[in-house]
Amino acid sequence: MDFLVFQYPMITLQACLDGILLGVLFALIAYGMALQWGVMNIINIAQGDLVILGGYIAYFMYLYGIHPAWGVIVAPVIMYFVGIAIYKLVINKVVDRDLFISILATFGISILFMQLMNFAFGADVVLANSGYGTTMLFDNNVVLPNSKIFSAFISIVFAICLVIYMKKSKLGRAIRATAQNARAAKILGVDTEKVYAATFGINAALCGVAGALISITFTIHPYMGLPYTIRSFMIVIVAGLGNLPGVAMSGMGLGVFEEFADYILGTEFRIGSVFLLLVLILVYRRFKLSRKREYLK
Amino acid sequence: MNKNFILYIAILIFGLAAPFLFPAFKVQLSILCVLIVLATTWNIQGGEMGYNSFGNILFYGLGMYLCASVQVGMFFPLAEWTESGGEKTFVHTPTQFFQGMAVGLVVAAVVPTIIAGLIGYSILGLRGHYFAICTLGLGVAAGEISGGIEIIGAGQGFTTPPFPNVGSLEARGEFFYFLSFFTLVLTFIAVRSIYSTRFKLILNAIRDNEDKAEAMGIETMKYKIIGWMISAFFCGLAGGIMGGLVGYIDSTDVAFDGREMGVFMVLMAILGGKGTLWGPIIGATIFHIFKEGFWTFFLGWQYVALGVLIVVIVIYFPEGIMGWLREKYPERFGEVVDEKDRKAQVELK
Repeated sequence: MDFLVFQYPMITLQACLDGILLGVLFALIAYGMALQWGVMNIINIAQGDLVILGGYIAYFMYLYGIHPAWGVIVAPVIMYFVGIAIYKLVINKVVDRDLFISILATFGISILFMQLMNFAFGADVVLANSGYGTTMLFDNNVVLPNSKIFSAFISIVFAICLVIYMKKSKLGRAIRATAQNARAAKILGVDTEKVYAATFGINAALCGVAGALISITFTIHPYMGLPYTIRSFMIVIVAGLGNLPGVAMSGMGLGVFEEFADYILGTEFRIGSVFLLLVLILVYRRFKLSRKREYLK
Repeated sequence: MNKNFILYIAILIFGLAAPFLFPAFKVQLSILCVLIVLATTWNIQGGEMGYNSFGNILFYGLGMYLCASVQVGMFFPLAEWTESGGEKTFVHTPTQFFQGMAVGLVVAAVVPTIIAGLIGYSILGLRGHYFAICTLGLGVAAGEISGGIEIIGAGQGFTTPPFPNVGSLEARGEFFYFLSFFTLVLTFIAVRSIYSTRFKLILNAIRDNEDKAEAMGIETMKYKIIGWMISAFFCGLAGGIMGGLVGYIDSTDVAFDGREMGVFMVLMAILGGKGTLWGPIIGATIFHIFKEGFWTFFLGWQYVALGVLIVVIVIYFPEGIMGWLREKYPERFGEVVDEKDRKAQVELK
């Protein structure tokens, strides 16, 4: 336990800024989660593993001498097709079924991915060095790696592009229509099967972008996927489906929470505190709703 | 009834004779017993109550840590024990070992039950997938947090007391086999007697429509907590035995192993058929044989095979073996609501 963080405002500021830059990335992953949850009504436990896979794509480019920042463009393209493949093989069989079935099936995919990545890339913790240097603020008291600023900037750009795409394009309209009422959309001539596939592909592509950015700013490891899934799930249930500003805000909030948990409790409890926070949030929501004799749906 | 009675006696005799018939597989058979216990008790709230939990691993891991800690802590300082790691400065005498194990198992069963009772009210208010994700979070959080606690070994793990030298090399395997087999028999008797009471009907009512069950005047929350506590009791017991059997406790790889054991128990119950008495038992047996086959012949690829297995079972076989049998042979395996009633109906036809 170390409460130094509250005595020195600069450390607090550092934690807040780190948290916000990290939170933007979480929000990007959570946006994909909210998209597929809202449109297809599935919860994808393999979300985090898609993120890590995207990270490995950027890492591989780095290994072969290409600057990993290009991974931001390459990873989503590859991940889009990975997403479509997963959809065609597994997800289309669980779309209309019970949510628990989708949770278990994607849990299976998650285990599969973890091990395949472990075979393909080894069990080492790796990062793709971007060589961007750092920015010093406030008399060198606050240190921000430029890669983090870069990743937050890219995430925001991608999020804005996606929002515009969803609003303006034909496919975006079809996706929104399917989310509102799949049956009515089908009657009006929307090929929902295609929409579902595209949604899952877009989600995987978002994960790819986030993963490439994570491999630049943080580290990646084959077994690190589940915390990202849980984070995005948490952000979505706090913000609600289809509430984009909410997703961004709660993503940043989670990032800041994690940085403070890291400072106060110690790094070994960081992931544990994220999972505990999820439990606490769910229990809080449950008690709040049970006063109205309702429950989380 | 008569036929079933003979079947039970046959299984009991087979179970008692098994370690002598297959001396090489004693450890495997003990693990099978533990797996059956886990699957059967998962089925109480997963299958009968409709609350699909990924978090029973929490009680399993707690039981594991508690049993080993009590076993060490009763006679020696716990902190020094974990610090010394593999090289033991203290040795349990046989009396100390068995006394510690007995007390440890009681603690391992009782404390998770109490914890389940305490957290039950908050957690069981969640429904469906929220409950599933929340319990998943609980299990992983417990693993991460126990991995940071110094006194139970933190990241380096906790070696449980080695089996004392009682003269026979076979003694360890036989002791753990009979311990786990006894637990299995106890679990089976308990679950079977639960399933023949009104309690099971209440659980099924909660599964089928909780709001209606509440409207009918059933205090659903009370029964949900009791069901969850029964699960926790046997999970803790199974964890305590498994800790002694494995001989080494690691926070995320052995105790709170949501990626393996936590999914296994769900998978075994689904494979055999949720909501049946025999389903989890059959599912666990088949799954264990499969798993050992994978682990032996495809070493390294076992998780790939496991992932594929999960996807295939969940997508193509969600009813499980018992569910399939029920559909195929309803006369033999279908649910008998009331024997007299059914006969009367048959006569009417």
